[in-house]
Amino acid sequence: MSERGTTSWYGPLDPAPDAGWTEAPPRKGFFTDTSICIGCKACEVACKEWNAVPEDGLLMLGSSYDNTGALGASTWRHVAFIEQPKALGPQEAGFAGTAAGPPGSDVLNRTADSALTGDRTALGTDSSRLEVGPAGLGAVDLGMPSMTLPGSVDGAQRTDFRWLMASDVCKHCTHAGCLDVCPTGALFRTEFGTVVVQDDICNGCGYCVPACPFGVIDRRAGEKGVTKNAGIAQKCTLCYDRLGDGLQPACAKACPTTSIQFGDLDELRERAEKRVEQMHAQGIPSARLYGEDPCDGVGGVGAFFLLLDEPEVYGLPPDPVVTTRDLPAMWKKAALAAATMLAGAVAVFVGGGS
Amino acid sequence: MAECHPVGFQWVMEAKARGAKVIHIDPRFTRTSAVSDVHVPLRAGSDIAFLGGIVKYILDNELYFREYVTAYTNAATLISEDYQDTENLDGLFSGYDAATGTYDTSSWAYEGHDGGESRRGAVDGAGATGDGEHEAEERERAAGQELGNRGANLEHSEVERDESLQHPRCVLQVLKRHYARYTPEVVEEVCGVPKELFLQVCEAVTVNSGRERTTAWVYSVGWTQHSVGVQYIRGSAIIQLLLGNMGRPGGGIMALRGHASIQGSTDIPTLYNILPGYLPMPRAEHASLRDYLGSIGSPGQKGFWTQAPAYTTSLLKAWFGDAATAENDYGFGWLPRINGNHGTYQTVMDMLDDKVEGYFLLGQNPAVGSAHGRMQRMGMSHLKWLVVRDLQLIESATFWKDAPEIATGELRTKDIETEVFFFPAATHVEKEGTFTQTQRMLQWREKAVSPPGDARSELHFFFHMGRMLRERYEGSTLERDQGLLSMTWDYLEPGESEEPSADLVLREVNGCHLAGDEAGRPLSTFVEMKDDGTTSGGCWIYTGVYANGINQAARRTSWREQGGPWLAREWGWAWPANRRILYNRASADPEGKPWSERKALVWWDEEAGRWTGHDVPDFPVTKAPSYRPPEGASGPDGLAGDDPFIMQADGKGWLFAPSGLLDGPLPAHYEPHESPVRNPLYSQQSNPTRLNFRRKDNLSNPPVTEPGNDVFPYVFTTYRLTEHHTAGGMSRWVPYLSELQPEFFCEVSPELARERGLENLGWATIVTARTAVEARVLVTDRVVPLDIAGTVVHQIGLPYHWGVGSDAYVSGDSANDLFALSLDPNVLIQECKAATCDIQPGRRPTGPDLLRFVEEYRSRAGVTVETGNALLTLPEATA
Amino acid sequence: MGLTEAFLGWPVVRQLTGNDPLGRGAAAQSARTAALQPRTATADRVARTVCPYCAVGCGQLAYVKDEKVVQIEGDPDSPISRGRLCPKGSASEQLVNSDRRKTTVLYRRPRGTEWEELDLDTAMSMVADRVADARERTWQDSDEQGRPLRRTMGFASLGGATLDNEENYLIKKLFTALGAVQIENQARI
Repeated sequence: MSERGTTSWYGPLDPAPDAGWTEAPPRKGFFTDTSICIGCKACEVACKEWNAVPEDGLLMLGSSYDNTGALGASTWRHVAFIEQPKALGPQEAGFAGTAAGPPGSDVLNRTADSALTGDRTALGTDSSRLEVGPAGLGAVDLGMPSMTLPGSVDGAQRTDFRWLMASDVCKHCTHAGCLDVCPTGALFRTEFGTVVVQDDICNGCGYCVPACPFGVIDRRAGEKGVTKNAGIAQKCTLCYDRLGDGLQPACAKACPTTSIQFGDLDELRERAEKRVEQMHAQGIPSARLYGEDPCDGVGGVGAFFLLLDEPEVYGLPPDPVVTTRDLPAMWKKAALAAATMLAGAVAVFVGGGS
Repeated sequence: MAECHPVGFQWVMEAKARGAKVIHIDPRFTRTSAVSDVHVPLRAGSDIAFLGGIVKYILDNELYFREYVTAYTNAATLISEDYQDTENLDGLFSGYDAATGTYDTSSWAYEGHDGGESRRGAVDGAGATGDGEHEAEERERAAGQELGNRGANLEHSEVERDESLQHPRCVLQVLKRHYARYTPEVVEEVCGVPKELFLQVCEAVTVNSGRERTTAWVYSVGWTQHSVGVQYIRGSAIIQLLLGNMGRPGGGIMALRGHASIQGSTDIPTLYNILPGYLPMPRAEHASLRDYLGSIGSPGQKGFWTQAPAYTTSLLKAWFGDAATAENDYGFGWLPRINGNHGTYQTVMDMLDDKVEGYFLLGQNPAVGSAHGRMQRMGMSHLKWLVVRDLQLIESATFWKDAPEIATGELRTKDIETEVFFFPAATHVEKEGTFTQTQRMLQWREKAVSPPGDARSELHFFFHMGRMLRERYEGSTLERDQGLLSMTWDYLEPGESEEPSADLVLREVNGCHLAGDEAGRPLSTFVEMKDDGTTSGGCWIYTGVYANGINQAARRTSWREQGGPWLAREWGWAWPANRRILYNRASADPEGKPWSERKALVWWDEEAGRWTGHDVPDFPVTKAPSYRPPEGASGPDGLAGDDPFIMQADGKGWLFAPSGLLDGPLPAHYEPHESPVRNPLYSQQSNPTRLNFRRKDNLSNPPVTEPGNDVFPYVFTTYRLTEHHTAGGMSRWVPYLSELQPEFFCEVSPELARERGLENLGWATIVTARTAVEARVLVTDRVVPLDIAGTVVHQIGLPYHWGVGSDAYVSGDSANDLFALSLDPNVLIQECKAATCDIQPGRRPTGPDLLRFVEEYRSRAGVTVETGNALLTLPEATA
Repeated sequence: MGLTEAFLGWPVVRQLTGNDPLGRGAAAQSARTAALQPRTATADRVARTVCPYCAVGCGQLAYVKDEKVVQIEGDPDSPISRGRLCPKGSASEQLVNSDRRKTTVLYRRPRGTEWEELDLDTAMSMVADRVADARERTWQDSDEQGRPLRRTMGFASLGGATLDNEENYLIKKLFTALGAVQIENQARI
């Protein structure tokens, strides 16, 4: 156990056989190529529809076209929208040389941050009503369109622009912190190498929530009996039920531009590397893969990405590390206690009958 | 396209991956721009100048596809000596009548032709009248839309041509003069597009056209929502004809339509001015079938429109069955006649004037989706009864209790006399039938389940409504009731008493033989239609959908089994005759050989003596390329072997339109009805033939040519978002869509935000002379102020999906409430893609305060019913 | 399930006896999880349909179980869409099964402040009466020059762009036979 145990907690491995699946199929995963995402959010809806994930809030966030905000118990796919005053390779955004001032992206991004961290009342900055009559119009000049360029206020000019979109999802880590800390066996590794919560087993203890280095898994808000699976941990299952029937996950099937690609992880990694090379050749040197490296802090992920900027820009941790990295050492100390508990459990089972 | 048609956009992404250059021209940087190679922001309402600049670039640099242009377009055809261009008249064409605001189009005719209106008197020999009264009447009946799938008529197909393209009055030379002033500098001045960026587009379009390559233009129907909307499309048609991109794979102009079967509802129209298959509605002057047919096509012209008698007779046989006989003009007399504009906006005004008692809304939400929402809702409050058939309690169904006018006190629920019936409708999976998608393809839908409770399909509702009404009139001997009583109305399968059969309806639409051995056999093609009552067919262009007694629209052969998704002719059925690319004869050269192997589509097989290829040839299949008709031949027989545009009266693509259009034979840039910019091209500011309504409830903001315009200094435009659908009836009631875009918002540039003190995610109030609406603010770099002749013009973007009501999952003010009504003269579609407004931070006043707030704006701008309504804006001397 | 099978199937025992000593994979799978089947597999039938939103015409497959639509997803065979759907198309099942859909006829009488429910046949009959009434009252045989009009301007219609061709055909045919001309749809808007 000791030799395999070490790799079970850290480093490269094929997780399904490691979790006891004999004759496991090739590991399945997602390659999300954000460079061809059109931000349509079909993935968000197809996911919710298939998995009966409830609607979770009618908030406008002011964060470009993102009103979803982040992954959570009732958001298993999330499309981020990032507006940047940067060029996208050879793309001509059409703004350079326009009669314009400094970019507004920073303003927008700041609002997004506060919208996501603050409460609803913090979102609306000005809720006062206009009054009738000139007084109500405030001190604003109602003259002809300004004859001076707005940008001339501080001399700045628009230069370039790009709008990045990316559909985020549970990473289905090789070393999944959520699974490692789950005390009930609700979270388990499937034969496809994915990580799935079993609704019927999860007791809502919430240990998994802080264990995720990506902040993906969460307990579902809502009232028990009213909201489906209220109180228990929820996240993407990579459509475990569909996979079992040879179907692809709902999001990947719906994706109009194949930004979300589903398949055998090995094949996806090859495809992704070629795509990066191609993009570099096309003059987009910022293209890079995220999460595909089996030697990273989570042993590589099952759902990896092609990004066009630093991970932080997309709200992704730059160097995620499984929270149970040091668990083997802790486990040794706990082993004795566990064995004692197990003996007790068997006794209860036999004594209690079926 | 990525924004509104994401799944269709997969093909653009695929083309891009294979090396295609994708250019996106749009005032706002959208999800399409995000993945395009080039985005060109331009001022809303300036597209004709942009397109005109490209035409000039092509002509100046002789980059047109000369062989194609000479052989397949009317470039060589001579125009009448009487024609005068906007170049000569400072923005008007010859024939303008200031009294009626319309053109006498006769001077735009081909040399040796009588004028554009030969169809009016071709049979009775009265000839064209060309007087202003007639032209005004043409506008009133949206004459342009009757030409939905064809060119207009010509008296005959004999034209004078100069194949050298040098004659000063040949179309190509006329074009050169007309576009002379559309220089890159002017494009920059009108559109706000830097010259370098514009030239980059010109180069891409021309380099990617010719024998080996084609360029496609794609527009969404925002292009039609201008007071010069038809001429927008004409602008791109001219480019595509010059570059040889029509009728060829990867070419064409694609209208991306926004409703599942809006193409079908034009083909089989619920439109006042046409009958199925783009046959015109009869007009008051059509006493007989002969009069009517004489107005459709002249027997002397070329092409398939000369067969209109067969199409019409077959339609009448389909509608009136055995009661339609040669003796009674096949029941033609039972059809109602039009004599003016009976379009939806006119009807709303008639409601306000208490001329209309009842109104059916069938999956339509005009309280939110039509321009000038207040007029729509006030109009409904004047009705005696309103029937709403929909899936949900849309705002148009509940206006009597929650319209914005209730809040302002203009309406009181207890005073509204309108009876409202809400009938729950069936969804697309609860009924069978065909949708016609945006490429003219019919796809049959299987029924999955029955609708719940009392929900029913329209088929059920109208079948039984017809049955009940016929029962009420049973035994009537009044002449007016005979059409209704004679109409065939047998849509129940044997043994069925409740559910009408869509399949039986589709069979009727297809048509069948009525006489001889073949009686009862479905027609295979409209070519089989006869004008002697021996065939029936409810929509001639759909004939063939039931060929061989098989529902061709239900075909579902996977693209994988058809060698790929291209054309995929065994999936569904496209009108006409399952042709996937229209006018595809033009994909081959005059000798019938593909212009290039790379772009081969159909070609002449000399050995077999017929046209063949990947697509169904859109040409008489055994007519050789070398065929020349004998003198005097007309109709299909009059088509030469190199006349690819088989529905056109001369077989050619029209660079210059000698008839059929009411506002000019060529597109000219006019400013929108409301614009903060003086037309830099002509003294004539806006389309001099647009249809305005001088009414107290339809006030306009002053255009730049009138005082007070500075009160409304900004341009705004409206659009859709991926997450919603039109007026929201099918998205704002759906939680998964509502949560993605929960609130009405405006998109503004950081510069405008600074100028007006707008904060991201704060509130803004947008004001016009009609009303004020409030929206959340989205400050974004995706909107950019434009430099228009040294002045900064700010644009505001408003998605139009929200409405004020009480039943939807999410609600909000409606952007469409902001518009005045000003219509394109050809098709009577409103201008709602460019207008002026003011914007202020904060929420709008509520209750009666809102009315006072707007009134205060009007008063400051000096708005009266005359504001903006002067059609002619030339200096006195010129006019 | 016998006691022995139950015991052997108990996760802890599977964990100790199987290949999953850490109890994170095969051993942790619950019986319910193991029995999971997608509802596309358990459906009674599938209808081939077309998305009702925009005009691209994407193919949809509607899965039906116990006379209820349980899933709508893309039809992979369609050369238009190749099985893909946008967010609206993907939300079609929620559109169809919306609990906000009204399933009875509602009637608001003149000056009324609330909806009332009406029986379908009664409501249709009332509408037929009103159509006939308006038609009689507003019938125009001819214009002032004596030319035929043969029509009623007493009622109008708007809609049809989301309806089927067959439905529009009946609408146009019936209204035209009645003499109504103000028949319009979204194509004018």
